[in-house]
Parts: sequence; structure tokens; C-alpha cells
Amino acid sequence: MGLWNWIEYGAWALSAAFALHMVLDWLRTDSTYPEDVLTSSREGELEAMAEEHKVKS
Amino acid sequence: MTEVDITSKTMDGIGPHGVKVGLLRVLGPAHVWALGVGIVLVGEYMGWNFAVGKGGAYAALIACWFAGILYTCVAMIDSEVTSTVASAGGQYTQAKHIVGPLMAFNVGLYLVFAYTMLEAANAITAGYLVSVVATITGHEGALNQRPFIILVIMFLAWLNYRGVLATLTFNLVITAFAFAAILILFLSTSGIIGAGIMDHAALFEGHELPYGWIGILASLHFGLWYYLGIEGTTQAAEEVRSPARALPFGTLAGIMTLLIAATLTWYVCSGVLPWEFLGDGVNGSVAPLFDTARLSGSAGLVWLLGFGTLFATLASANGCINDASRAWFAMGRDKYLPGWFGAVHPKYRTPYRAIVFLVPIALIFALGAPLDQVITFSILSGLLGYTFMPLNIIMFRRKWPLNSIKRGYEHPFHPLPAITLLTLCGVTFFAVFLGYGTQLVAMIGFYIVVSLWFHFWRYRFVNRGAQFTMPWPKPQGY
Repeated sequence: MGLWNWIEYGAWALSAAFALHMVLDWLRTDSTYPEDVLTSSREGELEAMAEEHKVKS
Repeated sequence: MTEVDITSKTMDGIGPHGVKVGLLRVLGPAHVWALGVGIVLVGEYMGWNFAVGKGGAYAALIACWFAGILYTCVAMIDSEVTSTVASAGGQYTQAKHIVGPLMAFNVGLYLVFAYTMLEAANAITAGYLVSVVATITGHEGALNQRPFIILVIMFLAWLNYRGVLATLTFNLVITAFAFAAILILFLSTSGIIGAGIMDHAALFEGHELPYGWIGILASLHFGLWYYLGIEGTTQAAEEVRSPARALPFGTLAGIMTLLIAATLTWYVCSGVLPWEFLGDGVNGSVAPLFDTARLSGSAGLVWLLGFGTLFATLASANGCINDASRAWFAMGRDKYLPGWFGAVHPKYRTPYRAIVFLVPIALIFALGAPLDQVITFSILSGLLGYTFMPLNIIMFRRKWPLNSIKRGYEHPFHPLPAITLLTLCGVTFFAVFLGYGTQLVAMIGFYIVVSLWFHFWRYRFVNRGAQFTMPWPKPQGY
């Protein structure tokens, strides 16, 4: 078996490792935190606090 | 809101900010630049040269500058609106606030399709590049490109999943490398450093405009390749430390970088490669900058441009994952899509469900669809998005004139850039129709069908009261 065949196997293995890490972490996160915490992000909250959105006359 | 023990050892990430989790504001102007230029620069390394095949070298230059004007308008308009509507989702969020829900839904889909298709095209290209390296290094037979295509998508999705700062810092490094490689190639082949190898006069003689003026029209839509994706900077709006400064700065620096890179790329390649070879991106020059480096006879330039090509491809795919996931996430958060997609990872502070959900979709297109169709669908979705922008800025200025709300950036000469952009989009649609009429009609049909679905079914689930979040005064005339 040539070098590039080994590299091919390496690419498969790394892809599986990255996929597995994401899926396991995803499942762990979903089972650890309540859904309303995970989906608590709201658009514009920081802007409402930090920006005046008024032009000084 | 659920009561959560913030001292919990298992609930890492729930800290002093309480039980609300949002995207992290950690990015600066350089990351915005890296996001915009990173998505685009692969177009300098390959793809633009189809314009040469359609109309010759001069037609490709006209297409380059024509598209340059179009995208300068895009960058200016985007800078003004996004520095004011600074939220994830970019043009989707702009459309939601300025035009209305149906426009927002369509723009959101344009963004997700354009970026996911471009990501798939980049992964296919990366797989091809690895197979070229295998052949050059003596591998016999055809290399299986699939594991490398999948690895590119998985690695970059994983990087995006783990955090935006690392993702876009990675993009900054590889994009800067790819841009520097173009500059070094120009300096080395033009005679500024060492002996020059360019001979424009001899290569152009008798081939100035081989297909006449119609060739220029046919080459126009490939001119988009030089800049396609710079508007992606807007997706970083919710993650930059200072939206009013970083977004205009990063976006306008990005378009200036691309104008320089595009013109240098045309100048270098058309001065070294014969137009018939340069213009055939399938059987001729697949990667023109790399081919120019090979003709220079310098091993150092060959390696530099080889890595430049690979890095540009990875940077583009990386930026596309970032942008598509933000648009998908923002639509989920507003319930334009199931609210489940609006989740943020409490530790990494990324839209993790949107990132993971789009991985199999990118894989299906990367492994199961032909490259030219994937690219065409991406360009057409992008073009529909650009057509929305001039209408958007005209309505924005009418509803909220300059003195009514604070803007991070005010673009000059309004409404000239909007009218120019709208006109150029019309011309480009005509050029696309000449070459890809069936795909254009099929795609518009698709968006009409999903619009009907949204209007008659999905809109009832939209969180209507919460979708307008900017603390602005009432629009004029309402």
C-alpha cells in the first residue's frame, strides 16, 4: 500500500473524529442545558443597552 | 426563564452574564476583512479566467472593472446599513427591518444557498488540488478525492463549532498568505524583482477582442468571480466588538484589497499565458496563478502559489460556513425557521445547531452535484441578493433619513451607487440568461414556490412582536 493510500485512510479517520466530536458535544450540551437557556439569544439586546441611536443636534 | 445554578460545574459557560447566552463579541476589523476577502480570494486563483474564454483578455479586464464597480456599490451600501442594523443574519436582518418579512425570508435563503453551495464548490476544489499534488509526487492511478472533500467540510465545521475567534483568526492568517502570494508573483514576473517574463503585446496581437463586443457581454458574469462574497462581512455584525467602526472599516478595506488583487491577477496571468489556454478553465488553465508560477521556472513560486491556491480555497469554505450558519441561526431565532435552530452553544458561544445542520447539506452538494451547477446556483443566489440591496438602501434612506438615526457609516453620492448597482445587476442578469437561462428560470421558480409556502403557512409561526428590535424612531410616513 502506497503513501497516498495511508493519507486517504488518515483523511477518513480525521473526518470521523471531527464529526464524532461535534455530535457528542452537541448531544451532551442539549442534555445538560435547558432548551430555553440555549435559545435565549435575542437580537439587538446589546444595541438597546449600548447604542443611543439618536443624533446629537 | 428556567432557574439555573450558575455555580454548576457541568454547565460550563453559564457565568456572570446569567442564564442568557448569545454570540460572543470578540472580533475586530481585521477579522471582518479576513471574512470578506477570505470568501472571495479563491475567485482570483481560479474561475475568473472563464471570462477570457468568453471574450478574450481585454473582455476579462472590462468584466473585472465592471464587476469592481458593482461590488464597490455593494460594499458601500452594506457598510452603511449593516453598521446601523448590527445583528447576525446580515442582509436577512436588514430586509426584515427595512422591507418586510417575505423579502427577509427570501434574502435569508439566498444567503444560505449562496454560501452553502460555494462551500461545497470549495471542498470539491480542495479535493481536486490534493489529487494534483498526489499525481505530482508520483502517485499512480486516480486518487480518491472523497475523503479529502469530506475532511475539508468536517474540519472547518468543527473549527466554526468551537468558536468564532479561532475560526476567523485562522482565516486571517491563510487569507493574508494567499494575498501576499499574488503580490510576490506580480513582483517576480513583472521584472520589478529579477527578470520579467511578461509579454502582453505579443500575446494580445490579433486577439484583442476575438468575439467582438458580444464577447464582452458574455464574459460579464464571470467578472463576478473576482469579488463574489465580499458582502459576507455583514454576517459578523453581532460578533464584532465595535460594529459601527469594524464593519465599514473591514468591508471597505476588503473591497480595496480585492480590486488590487483582481487587477494584478489579470495583469500577471494574461501577460504570461496565451488567451486560448487561459480561457479554458476545464481542459486548459484550471488554476491560472499557479500555472503562471509554473511557467516562471521558480520552484519557490510554484510552492508559494500552490499553498496560496489551497489556502484561498480553505479560507473561502471557512467563511462560507461562518456566514451560512449565522443566516440560518438568525432565521431560526426569529422563528422564520424552527426556533430550535436559534440555539447558541453556552461554552463556545456559536450557533452550533445551525453549523451542524448545514454540514450534511454541504456534503450532499459536494459529493453528489456537478461543480459547474453548484457554482451557477451559488452565483445566481448571490445576484438575487445584490438586486435586493439597492432597493433596500433606497427604502432605508427614505424611512430613516440621515438625521433621524445614528449610523456607523454614511455612504456618499446616494442614490447614485444604488442606481448603478441596480443597472449593473440588470445587465448581469441578461448576461447570465444568455449562458444559463434554464438554471435562472428554474431557480426563480424555486424561490416563488418557497415564498408561497412562507406566506400561506410558515409566517403564522413567526415571532412577529419580537422581530423588530432596533431602538429606532417610527419610520417617516408611518
